[in-house]
Amino acid sequence: MIRLYALVAAGGFRRHATYRVATVAGVFTNTVFGFIVAYTYIALWDQKPHLGGYDQAQALTYVWLGQGMMATVAMLGGGFEDELIERVRSGDIATDLYRPADLQLWWLAGDLGRAAFHFLVRGTMPMMLGALVFDLALPDNPFVWIAFVFSVVLGVVVSFAVRYLVALSSFWLLDGAGVAQIIGLVSLFFSGMLLPLNVFPGVLGELAKVLPWSSLLQIPADVLLGKHTGWGLVGAYAFQLGWAAVLLTVGRLLQSAATRKVVVQGG
Amino acid sequence: MVDADFIELDNLEKVFDVRRKAGFWRREKSEVRAVDGISFTVARGEMVGYIGPNGAGKSTTIKMLTGILTPSGGRLRVAGLDPSRERTKLAQRIGVVFGQRTTLWWDLPLRDSYRLAHRMYRIPDARFAENMERCVELLDLAELLEVPVRQLSLGQRMRGDIAAALLHDPEVLYLDEPTIGLDVVSKAKVREFLRDLNAERGTTVLLTTHDLQDIEQLCKRVMVIDHGRLMYDGALTGLHEVGSGVSERMLVVDLERELPPIDLELVRVVKVEGPRQWLAFPSAASAAPIVAAIAASYPLVDLSVREPDIEAVIAKMYADRGVY
Repeated sequence: MIRLYALVAAGGFRRHATYRVATVAGVFTNTVFGFIVAYTYIALWDQKPHLGGYDQAQALTYVWLGQGMMATVAMLGGGFEDELIERVRSGDIATDLYRPADLQLWWLAGDLGRAAFHFLVRGTMPMMLGALVFDLALPDNPFVWIAFVFSVVLGVVVSFAVRYLVALSSFWLLDGAGVAQIIGLVSLFFSGMLLPLNVFPGVLGELAKVLPWSSLLQIPADVLLGKHTGWGLVGAYAFQLGWAAVLLTVGRLLQSAATRKVVVQGG
Repeated sequence: MVDADFIELDNLEKVFDVRRKAGFWRREKSEVRAVDGISFTVARGEMVGYIGPNGAGKSTTIKMLTGILTPSGGRLRVAGLDPSRERTKLAQRIGVVFGQRTTLWWDLPLRDSYRLAHRMYRIPDARFAENMERCVELLDLAELLEVPVRQLSLGQRMRGDIAAALLHDPEVLYLDEPTIGLDVVSKAKVREFLRDLNAERGTTVLLTTHDLQDIEQLCKRVMVIDHGRLMYDGALTGLHEVGSGVSERMLVVDLERELPPIDLELVRVVKVEGPRQWLAFPSAASAAPIVAAIAASYPLVDLSVREPDIEAVIAKMYADRGVY
């Protein structure tokens, strides 16, 4: 069984690897935006040093990390969910149901493959280019890097779980694209992509920290910047794992409701 | 399970609730009886055609047979299993090809979809290698294995899909419009393959199609369904008799110029459009003397004879039973 899903994940990786021009264009866009945001942050941190508890080098690291993570955790969507929504709309989803494989695990495996590709290419390239131009606060300790990668994996799973719910909503709505767009915007803000969540004051900041989207960027970034160590790191992982478990479970319930709807009503 | 009742439908029904807008707030609820009490059995190793016009309930029946749609009433067994309850178990024993959909991995080479089937159906390695070799040879896939599916032509993709459905040695193969949109050569290849599969492996095949030639070349037995009911179940020759005994054939003639309707014994002019005329004549009569008579007294340029098609036959069956 594991071999099946490993194969699906490898397929997800290779499917995205086939689109070379799109990948180059993506790296280019991330780099251009990286520069724009980096200079904005420099201006901001000049005015307010240590905003959100970051010094300027840490803030710039955060910027480039954000650009690298954007495609990896499919922050604005554009992962498997577009395809799943399309399969629901066209009715192709029916053919997925007579395969002896679990629907959620199938799509999760494929999305992990996709994320792995994006992490290796679109994750590292802008970061390296950024590191050439700016002073970044990258850790020397290899264990911090390992801890970071693990946090990214959990972030991808949380992101998948949210987008799986989005995609399943198209079983009831005629078109899932609207929901996908709204969730894309919400995730852009609450992941910390626009500004680190530490910066937001009061209730908004507290709310942003407990929503699942902080798992996508804020937590992996803080792991890389050495803000979570020891039990703090365990707590960060537990937060990500908790959301992943909750959202995946809801996805599973929604999936059986959707399947029931298809098998009873014919979709 | 007895081999004679390998597939068994007993008064099978599928009713869909359809909500329609009737005014600003109001919704009218109505029932659509897509499958309305169908009973038949298919023996192991049979190859059966399942035909009918669009919306007749063919695909709905197939979906129930695969377990992805639950019946609203009646009894259904495939290989002794209840398809919708034991869908995953059944999946190991059936193969499905929907002509208009693909189960192949769109962006990746064809070979990857087969690797996936290997793992998904847990096919023993030796068996997989053997089946691959056979499918690749008979379906002419050798050149296509490394080509991404999205670059395949429709006919190539269909052959690829058929192979994907057969690697796990299914006992039953459901084919929903397997030759739709294919050119003559591709159609012939697909038919030849299916005939061999049925003859050599004894795979039970249930085939829906719009193409009467599929049935003629593949199936001894045919079932006709319309409005969710079984209208005919028997040999193909019998169906032709039902059609030919009562309906008319059509002779379409192109004359040199516009002329008054042709007046001839046995012939009834149905339509005149410029120099072209549509003439109906009894199916039992031979076309040759009629054509000769027309050629003798009219300036004939071109002509064609149209056989009654399946839709006409079905319409006639309805008329005979007084349904309409």
